[in-house]
Amino acid sequence: MIPETDAVALEDLEVDLFIEALYRRHGYDFRDYGRASITRRIRNLALQFGAASISDLTAKVLHQPERIGDVIAGLSVPVSEFFRDPDVFLALREKVLPTLASYAQINIWQAGCARGEEVYSLAILLMEAGLYTRTRIFATDIADASLASAREGIFPASDIPEASRRYLASGGTGSLSDYYHARYDRAKMDERLVSNVTFAKHNLATDGVFCEAHLILCRNVLIYFTDRLQERVLSLFSQTLVRGGFLCVGTRENLQLSAAKQHFHIVDTEAQIYRLKPSL
Amino acid sequence: MAAVVIGASAGGPLALKILIAQLDADLHAAVVIVNHVGSEGPDMLADMLAHGARVPVVTARERTPVLPGVIHVAPRGYHLLIERDRRFALSIDEKVGFSRPSIDVLFRSAAEAYGPELAGVVLTGASADGAEGLRAIRQRGGLAFVQDPEEAETPTMPAAALKLAGADFCGSLAAIADCINKLDRP
Repeated sequence: MIPETDAVALEDLEVDLFIEALYRRHGYDFRDYGRASITRRIRNLALQFGAASISDLTAKVLHQPERIGDVIAGLSVPVSEFFRDPDVFLALREKVLPTLASYAQINIWQAGCARGEEVYSLAILLMEAGLYTRTRIFATDIADASLASAREGIFPASDIPEASRRYLASGGTGSLSDYYHARYDRAKMDERLVSNVTFAKHNLATDGVFCEAHLILCRNVLIYFTDRLQERVLSLFSQTLVRGGFLCVGTRENLQLSAAKQHFHIVDTEAQIYRLKPSL
Repeated sequence: MAAVVIGASAGGPLALKILIAQLDADLHAAVVIVNHVGSEGPDMLADMLAHGARVPVVTARERTPVLPGVIHVAPRGYHLLIERDRRFALSIDEKVGFSRPSIDVLFRSAAEAYGPELAGVVLTGASADGAEGLRAIRQRGGLAFVQDPEEAETPTMPAAALKLAGADFCGSLAAIADCINKLDRP
């Protein structure tokens, strides 16, 4: 029993019921998402939907299946930027691409591609290293809305000055303007950058291995998961990577507490680049 | 008191340095700080505060426990939250009121994790961040300390907190440090 005065316990119950409804009605599993952040997002979503309470939002999820796309978009993280943490891209250029160059065909999985800023950054990196034509990038996300906008590749022109600065800081050898066409207040990324990209829906909480990869980029996704889901995803990554394959996670992510860390050795601590150990 | 959460913005580093230097070496509470900074570059605040502090100062890491007797500083560019099991979580969700880390995001999650075992502190700053969070802390039975806007380098933030949430104590940095030290006596 929840005492009438305990608003936090009541909200907890509403969050549980919402997550359960989403899972049983639509198959989206948010049960192992970190509680503090998912609760914030559910609250924001309730506001955005004009729902009087989280329970009211749950009712909409159950009875208005056509709105599920908006719900998933609201619960996933579309926040990204071109060449976020330029030092990481510099480390990829210097420490990872030279090894990838030894493969005839390179497969890269970007897990959690959001609106695509990082996919385009990665494609630019590969082009400048002369590797793009023999690379296949699988860019996956849980949200259809994110995948659609990533595929489209149109970004606010106001993002460009900072993006250019970070591109150069990441060791860019040309000019970022080589890769987009500006029109009014929008910048449309060059189609060439996605010619070897496959955008696909993939849910890290429920889906399995779908490719063999030489590099997996998954930055600032694991921070939203509980320990259990992190373990699941890291195990999925180690099954996906070839021996000696690379994994790059967010600069503030903490693999040290995961059992799966034993499968990896560190390549670059600051950039958070790991390499899969040969299996015994 | 299990934890003290502190929010600061414009003028924050200096105010925090003065406050932290006056915390007792045998501090039992966990201290968690959000200070608004730009989103790039190295995290230097923890090192800066560690000079002159009598307790350890670290940058908070995701998933690690909130430790008593330790001062934890939010890394730049991420929201810092505290889960119910009193471990840190990070997020790169949208900025809140132009800020990431947001003081409100930390305070609200901390209020839910600690209830009445929490004190919230709002210091100098030019936004209204922290006011909502401080109100959440008081609603959950925690205490609120606010820097005297007269003394603050930038009075907007403490004034906004006083207006929205009120405070159990409003005074100078030295007096707030004294409050924290006294709270902490078991």
